[in-house]
Amino acid sequence: MVTELKQEETLKDIWEPKILAFLCNWCSYAGADLAGVSRIQYPPTIRVVRVPCSGRVSPYFIIKGLLDGWDGIIVSGCHPGDCHYLTGNLVARRRFAILKELLEFFGIEPGRVNFMWASAAEGERFANLIKKATEIVKKLGPNKKFESKW
Amino acid sequence: MVISVSIESENRDIENSMKETARALLKEKKVDVIIGYSKGTVPLSSAPILIRNVDEVERLVWNNLCYINLAKYLVPRIPQLIDPEKGDLNVGIITKGCVGRALIHLRTENQINLENVIMIGIPCNGIINRKKIEKEIGENEILELFTSGNEIIVKGKDFEKKFSFEDYVNELCKVCKIKAPPKIKELQGSYVGECQEVSSIDDNFEDLTEFESKPTVEKWNYIKDTLQTCTRCYACREACPMCYCKLCFVDQNKPIWFQKTTEISDIISFHLVRAMHLAGRCVACGACSSVCPVGIDLNLINRKLEKIVKERFDFTSGIDASKMPPMMEYSMDDAEEFMLEED
Repeated sequence: MVTELKQEETLKDIWEPKILAFLCNWCSYAGADLAGVSRIQYPPTIRVVRVPCSGRVSPYFIIKGLLDGWDGIIVSGCHPGDCHYLTGNLVARRRFAILKELLEFFGIEPGRVNFMWASAAEGERFANLIKKATEIVKKLGPNKKFESKW
Repeated sequence: MVISVSIESENRDIENSMKETARALLKEKKVDVIIGYSKGTVPLSSAPILIRNVDEVERLVWNNLCYINLAKYLVPRIPQLIDPEKGDLNVGIITKGCVGRALIHLRTENQINLENVIMIGIPCNGIINRKKIEKEIGENEILELFTSGNEIIVKGKDFEKKFSFEDYVNELCKVCKIKAPPKIKELQGSYVGECQEVSSIDDNFEDLTEFESKPTVEKWNYIKDTLQTCTRCYACREACPMCYCKLCFVDQNKPIWFQKTTEISDIISFHLVRAMHLAGRCVACGACSSVCPVGIDLNLINRKLEKIVKERFDFTSGIDASKMPPMMEYSMDDAEEFMLEED
């Protein structure tokens, strides 16, 4: 009995969230690259999907990601005003604002979906934000809301 | 709120003036056809009807069960409203507040040409929440429903029940501030009947505070329990005047974004995306909830959408034709308090 409990505890301790990260090609992807070449350490929790622009990220991607069991979703793009396509991230920002409020209203922890800006020169900021997002998702625990019966 | 005249007499006044206007329009040949409401074939319902000549006007009806949003029949135009030789017919449409809002919003989205549409404005006095009444009655069969004074009377084979109108009106109608179609200056010529000037509406969304203050778990449980019965028949989509996509995301099969089962995860995803698509577009007509065969109340979600859009972008759909809908626009100065920032 005692050993069993211990085992459970350790399992919980070593659980690391899996986070799906949509990074825009022009800023955040390069930012992640910079974090890498600068050897800045950050948690190995994210799996990167490179998208042309944060404006490319449809709410479908995010909802589908949660449905497929990702513990967290990150969308990162250029700072407002710096978008390679001029206004892509501004369009995306409106979408995210509504999606985030809606998720909260539906009772899905809003912390699972995080949006951030990171430019190509901000390797350290990128690493810090990933650390922060990982902590938030870790606190929420595994995403089990959408587990299917099948 | 003190109601000076009873709902029953209000209905009668609305119906009479509506019929008069319809007759005049048809006589003067200003319109070829009028879309309106008629008595439904089953109790607790109403049916849309096309009126082509003066004798038929008698069949028009106004009661508190006219839940259909008639704007749906103009976007896209149903074939009955198009003449093979003349092209688009001149259409008169019985317009309550939310139908007017839908038409104006669809015009903003370039989906409709309102030049050959005449809106016959009526001051709507609220739609009965028929699902709530059905629930109260239970297994018994309802044969008739009518209003008498300020009460709703439901008759069956061997029962008769009275409900107070104020308690059994739709939640959306309780907080509705646009009863008659809003006037916009671009379309001065297309209004007849009762219309109202609306510049902006004040709404404090008090009806949402209770739900919003609940903890996340309770919210999830409530949403899950409410939506669990959804059979994904898409009646809500079919009734919605804003759902005019030629291929809906749920019917798309390349790629299949969301599975088609009635698993809770698929249901939630459908309703989430449906809500996303209606952000800043929903005109709060409540047609989706009224047509739901299992009685899911989508009004709560629709109200929330209205709130988000009003608070963030100061936009109310369908009252101002000069303003672009928020999801079709962008701005450098939007609030971004939800973005992740370094400590």
